[in-house]
Amino acid sequence: MIRITVNGQERQVDVPEDMPLLWVLRDELNMTGTKFGCGIAQCGACTVHVDGAPTRACQTPVGSLAAGAKVTTIEGASGKVAEAVRAAWQKLDVVQCGYCQSGQIMSAIALVSSNTNPTDADIDAAMDGNVCRCATYVRIRAAIKDAAQSVRA
Amino acid sequence: MLHHLLRQAALPVATDSTPTGVTGALRELAPSRRNFLKTAAATGALVVGARLPSPALAAGGAPAGIVGPADPRPHLFVIIAPDNTVTVLAKHLDKGQGIVTGLATIVAEELDADWAQMRGAFAPADSKLYGNHFFGIQGTGGSTAIANSWDELRMAGAAARAMLVATAAARWNVPVGEVTVAKGVVSHAASKRSVAFGELAQDAAKLPIPQNVALKAAKDYTLIGKPGLHRLDHISKTDGSAVFAMDIRRPGQVTAVLARSPRFGGTVKSVDDKAARAVSGVIDVLTLPVGVAVIAKNTWTAIKGREALKITWDDSKAETRGTDQMLADYRKLADQPGAVAANSGDVAKAFASAAKVVESEFVFPYLAHAPMEPLNATVALNADGGCTIWAGSQFQGVEQMVVAHVLGCKPEQVKIETQWAGGSFGRRATTNADYIAEAAIIAKAYGKAPVHLVWTREDDIQGGRYRPLFLHRIKAAVDANGAISAWQQRIVGQSFMAGTPFEKMMIKNGVDATSVEGASDMAYPVSNLAVDLHSPPSPVTTLWWRSVGHTHTAYAKEVMIDQLAKAAGKDPVAFRLALLKDHPRLANVLKLAADKAGWGQPLPKGKARGVAVHESFNTYVAHVAEVTVNDKGHVTVDRVVVAVDCGQVVNPDVVTAQMEGATGWGIGHALRGEITLTDGVVDQTNFDGFLPLRMSDMPKVEVHLVDSHERPTGAGEPGVPTSAPAVANAVFALTGKPVQTLPFSRGGMV
Ligand code: FES
Ligand code: FES
Repeated sequence: MIRITVNGQERQVDVPEDMPLLWVLRDELNMTGTKFGCGIAQCGACTVHVDGAPTRACQTPVGSLAAGAKVTTIEGASGKVAEAVRAAWQKLDVVQCGYCQSGQIMSAIALVSSNTNPTDADIDAAMDGNVCRCATYVRIRAAIKDAAQSVRA
Repeated sequence: MLHHLLRQAALPVATDSTPTGVTGALRELAPSRRNFLKTAAATGALVVGARLPSPALAAGGAPAGIVGPADPRPHLFVIIAPDNTVTVLAKHLDKGQGIVTGLATIVAEELDADWAQMRGAFAPADSKLYGNHFFGIQGTGGSTAIANSWDELRMAGAAARAMLVATAAARWNVPVGEVTVAKGVVSHAASKRSVAFGELAQDAAKLPIPQNVALKAAKDYTLIGKPGLHRLDHISKTDGSAVFAMDIRRPGQVTAVLARSPRFGGTVKSVDDKAARAVSGVIDVLTLPVGVAVIAKNTWTAIKGREALKITWDDSKAETRGTDQMLADYRKLADQPGAVAANSGDVAKAFASAAKVVESEFVFPYLAHAPMEPLNATVALNADGGCTIWAGSQFQGVEQMVVAHVLGCKPEQVKIETQWAGGSFGRRATTNADYIAEAAIIAKAYGKAPVHLVWTREDDIQGGRYRPLFLHRIKAAVDANGAISAWQQRIVGQSFMAGTPFEKMMIKNGVDATSVEGASDMAYPVSNLAVDLHSPPSPVTTLWWRSVGHTHTAYAKEVMIDQLAKAAGKDPVAFRLALLKDHPRLANVLKLAADKAGWGQPLPKGKARGVAVHESFNTYVAHVAEVTVNDKGHVTVDRVVVAVDCGQVVNPDVVTAQMEGATGWGIGHALRGEITLTDGVVDQTNFDGFLPLRMSDMPKVEVHLVDSHERPTGAGEPGVPTSAPAVANAVFALTGKPVQTLPFSRGGMV
């Protein structure tokens, strides 16, 4: 049995230590908001926060999580920044197919949490690991700026 | 995609634009076919459907008339529930293009609903009730969805509105003509009474369906073409709650991954599955005609199990060439004449007397669609011998037929629960239902529980169904006045229609229309035109890919046009405008994009603009790209201006989003996208090899929509064809070298 804390709740899962957190979330805990896109840390669809840091769940063996590590997924993302990011996403109708957007939003929340006035270069650096095949990048960029502004206000 | 099918099954068109003309639209339909469908469902909801006759469907005997509550089939478009929600059933797949929002907008307009009460849901699979009028079966593609549903959904909305009005009028005992509807509220001004839709729904459902309804004139629209409507999926796709096929969890379901031949056309010779079966959590290993399926209790275990398989493949019928060899073979073929796609005038004679001749050879690589959600489907066998499928289903009609064949049941016993799809770009619509058929084959062989077949990204990148590798050779002549006196184009590339049920319709005299569309029918007037085609077969599987033939024909044409403009000493925009005198809608978008982009205004050193204009799927698009080439020769796309004329715009913001996305799609693949093979094996495995467009690549994009009340056409694909050639033409303006081999990374430009 492995214990992990997801969205503030302690969970126990009976899986091998090398099973990636992504599959623990999706297949064991039925938390399907976190997406599988590549499995090799190339697309960011699986991005979650581990103690606030954006983390690719597909390359995070569940056994490698430190004891007491706090995992936050799209379903549990909350607080001022998360609300601002979501609101900006909704206001600008960022989504197309939507499959990448859990990961985009988790990366964006991490960015705006640490930088409330990101430049275009900051956004490129923070978001280049998140692929959007629908190419919603124009609106993601605008939404991050919008969210950052409302967090500053 | 498939817009040729559209021409085959011409849609009966309602040409109304005034309230009086609308009833005319209905009158044109034979009464027996005017099968508005209605049922007062168990929920007490008012449910209205309107169907247009379709020649293709009629052949299959579309049911006519009223279907009452005893018939449980929910073959309907509009459900008004007592809770005051209005749900529009979408017969088309939403794979990001926003069609659920678009279809709901059409209904809401005629219904005078409040946007906040609108909901969307996917219709069940039933080609008789929900067939695409252009295809004859249920399916989404070819940027046809809005054009397809425009009439039937306006009529459904108007019919439902009329029933609500009649119900309110009767309740209040006032004349129908005094009852008004706005924003989901039915009112009688004189008596100051009003009532919400939901309160009328139950009684309204008891009324007969009106046979003549007035549709609004475009000038009265309050929702269609107006800004400010949020997408119906804008919340569920930002909080993780939207359900994709990948997220389906049925009781007892198992996960399967399939080991397929690393070479196209290879088959299983022998399997040693001992190690795979020893992986804890692996439930079964099944050797099947489609490959070796590993069934496990979860995805990770299934993948681990597959890694432990030892398979020997029989490559005797497989493709063993690499793409370099294939291209060399294509070049040899291009030395010979092919099947004639266009032939007018006398090309040889025209070249003999030509003032200036330009020759180019273009190479377009194989490209994967790589939708963000890897392909997957869940299949549960049902007691009646049929099954239920949960998938991002795009060609329900084909899938039902193929799976029925697999299971030995009737197509209608194949139930499909269509889910939000995480992208498609053409990939989910196949002529043999590929991945859904695989899932059904595995579910049938396993037999014990619902099976969720998951493709990994490696399966996807290496799994074929690519945009074909294409070679174009073009020779063209221009005179001093800027007229194109001759154009000879030879195209070499696989046909993905050959050997499919669509072959007869799509391949005429050896020419697959999807290989030459945009070339043989180009808008520029050429007095002597010759286009021919070779379609060399290969076991490598290929497929339509967002904007299909136009992905390569528009690029070759537009890059060639810039070379001709230069040869004639003309400005690229002026040169095109002079040629497009008889194509006002093309000329209009070209002018609009050029104006908005500041065409002709000076730019700093190292920057230039490029332009391209093209029609595809009955939509007209021009791109102007502003590009930097640095001293290392690296290309950055700074800004892109897009002008689009897709007739009456239903949702401006959705069309704008499609243009932004299509621009990124076109440019991203032009910069770095390619699938190559070595000895028949795909070199790329994942996004570290098949390089996607990323945030830092994305230019600023400005989209300008032409204000039009022409019938609406499509927006999902037409933004692709002109995006890459506009960039290439900017590079040409800077370097003097036309970019003839894609991707740009081949030439060290990124
Ligand atoms: S699935 Fe983890 S980065 Fe792609
Ligand atoms: S919205 Fe479709 S992949 Fe990003």
